Amino acid sequence: MAAASSRHNRRKARNALMMGLSMVAAAIGLAWLALILGALVWKGTAGLSFAVFTEMTPPPGEAGGLLNAIAGSVVMTAIAIAVGTPVGILAGTYMAEYGRFSKLTVVVRFINDILLSAPSIVVGLFIYEIMVRPLGHFSALAGAFALAILVMPVVVRTTEDMLNLVPNALREAGTAIGAPRWIVIRSVAYRAALSGIVTGVLLAIARISGETAPLLFTALNNQFWSSNVNAPMASLPVTIFQFALSPYEEWQQLAWTGALIITFAVLMLSIVARALTVRREDR
Amino acid sequence: MSITAETAYSSSSAANIRAAAVRRFAFTDSLFHILTRLSAALVLVILGGVAVSLVAGAWPALSTFGWSFLVTESWNPVTEKFGALAPIYGTLVTSLIAIVIAVPIGIGIAMFLTELCPRSLRRPIGIAVELLAGIPSIIYGIWGLFVFAPFLQVHLQPFVIKLFHGVPGLSSLFSGPPYGIGLMTSGLILAIMVLPFITSITKDVFDTVPAVLKESAYGIGCTTWEVTRRVVIPYTRVGIMGGVMLGLGRALGETMAVTFVIGNAHRISASLFAPGTTISASIANEFTEADGELYTSSLIALGLILFVITFLILAASRFMLMRIERRAGS
Repeated sequence: MAAASSRHNRRKARNALMMGLSMVAAAIGLAWLALILGALVWKGTAGLSFAVFTEMTPPPGEAGGLLNAIAGSVVMTAIAIAVGTPVGILAGTYMAEYGRFSKLTVVVRFINDILLSAPSIVVGLFIYEIMVRPLGHFSALAGAFALAILVMPVVVRTTEDMLNLVPNALREAGTAIGAPRWIVIRSVAYRAALSGIVTGVLLAIARISGETAPLLFTALNNQFWSSNVNAPMASLPVTIFQFALSPYEEWQQLAWTGALIITFAVLMLSIVARALTVRREDR
Repeated sequence: MSITAETAYSSSSAANIRAAAVRRFAFTDSLFHILTRLSAALVLVILGGVAVSLVAGAWPALSTFGWSFLVTESWNPVTEKFGALAPIYGTLVTSLIAIVIAVPIGIGIAMFLTELCPRSLRRPIGIAVELLAGIPSIIYGIWGLFVFAPFLQVHLQPFVIKLFHGVPGLSSLFSGPPYGIGLMTSGLILAIMVLPFITSITKDVFDTVPAVLKESAYGIGCTTWEVTRRVVIPYTRVGIMGGVMLGLGRALGETMAVTFVIGNAHRISASLFAPGTTISASIANEFTEADGELYTSSLIALGLILFVITFLILAASRFMLMRIERRAGS
């Protein structure tokens, strides 16, 4: 009897220990997030001023802002989304609507999932090989194409998932009134899956707006204002990379401020995306 | 007679209009079908293109150095002698440190979220952990360089070095001057970065365990830990492995965070506190400065090695996750 109860106590103690450890693990996860965001706000807000958004990146030792870097990021992200989203949506449409049971779909889903987590620097090397080297110069367009390759798998994945959730009865109703399949897809399936697809695009924007590695040797960087997509262009992440590793204090401060801007933009995007999904789940 | 002719005429014209509309619809429909199919095929073309272009770009280096490229440590732009051993070593060691740290913490958080956490807190905590995955890697880099590495350099590393001084094995693993940056720091930062992936997948596969299995275990008097250890983890082992492999794939390919804190030294040291380099950090640091075809080509060859390793790991991960999904579905 005593032996049984001591064994019982030992099991209970071990359970308490493991549960305590799992709580510690959760606390560690939350603490990291708080530490990183805290440091970012602490160091980033110190340099936050109007000039950051209105002045160009300065030469060493002078005051300046991040205007050309922010503009470059916006331009390249916009091109990447404009190129990557339609292709991604069409590919996702094939997988969910036309080829739901075809072999191609299985293979594409597998490869797409791999592309989703493939190292982005490898994508940069790919674009370097097929665009930068043949053309002989770095360009914003090359950077945007590298980003577009990162956009695609995210959009493919969410489009397929969201279209698969659309009830078949809706499609049957469309077909029953004599609409051809692609009109059913356009006016029924897309409309039903719209918020999900928008979520995918937002997540894709969030993913690429902080990407640095694929831009290093495609878009390169630019100290000045540039609206020529066929020439090197500054971007916020690459500027942060360059400024943070520099020995100049003003540059390091701008890097922190840029980091703060990116992080909050990205976190806002993912929170909006999440809000869209929640609303759909509730319905 | 004229009336019947008229009706015949109008009905045949209606049939013609209808036939034309059907033809038009059939045409646009097949056009759309082909367009979507081409887009899907493009995903495969891109992956193929990446492989082909990397092999082509790496060819000058691979044909010059042959297999010895994989096992040579020297990396000398002046004499144009390049070997990939140091970056490969750094990549594997930092990723291994990351996985060893992140897996128990990730499983712990998943256990907390599925078994312990009050229902109302589950979503916020889950979201907070997933936000860690949303933070761009350059942010981890700048934070690691300016906040985390100095902290390690001043507080943790001198202590650890002193602690293991004279202990055989461990003393060489944790030795040398405390730089702050190095393999260990990179591994720790990678651990934080892959944690959300491991956590969210582990949580998802934990949710696939049929409630009746857990209930029967609780019914015979098992504690929560015993249910997790004896029922949940064995049932979801393949899925957890898939999550771990996914995290490993991420850690292997991670670039910016590592570039900031690895030190970029092309050498292999016994100490984990020593600076080193990884494949992706070498490419990021040196690519735009590489002059000469052989130098550039060697860096692309590094990219090819990284691509092959991550492809294999990620493919294995997807395969395992597909297996557990199929089981959950059936």
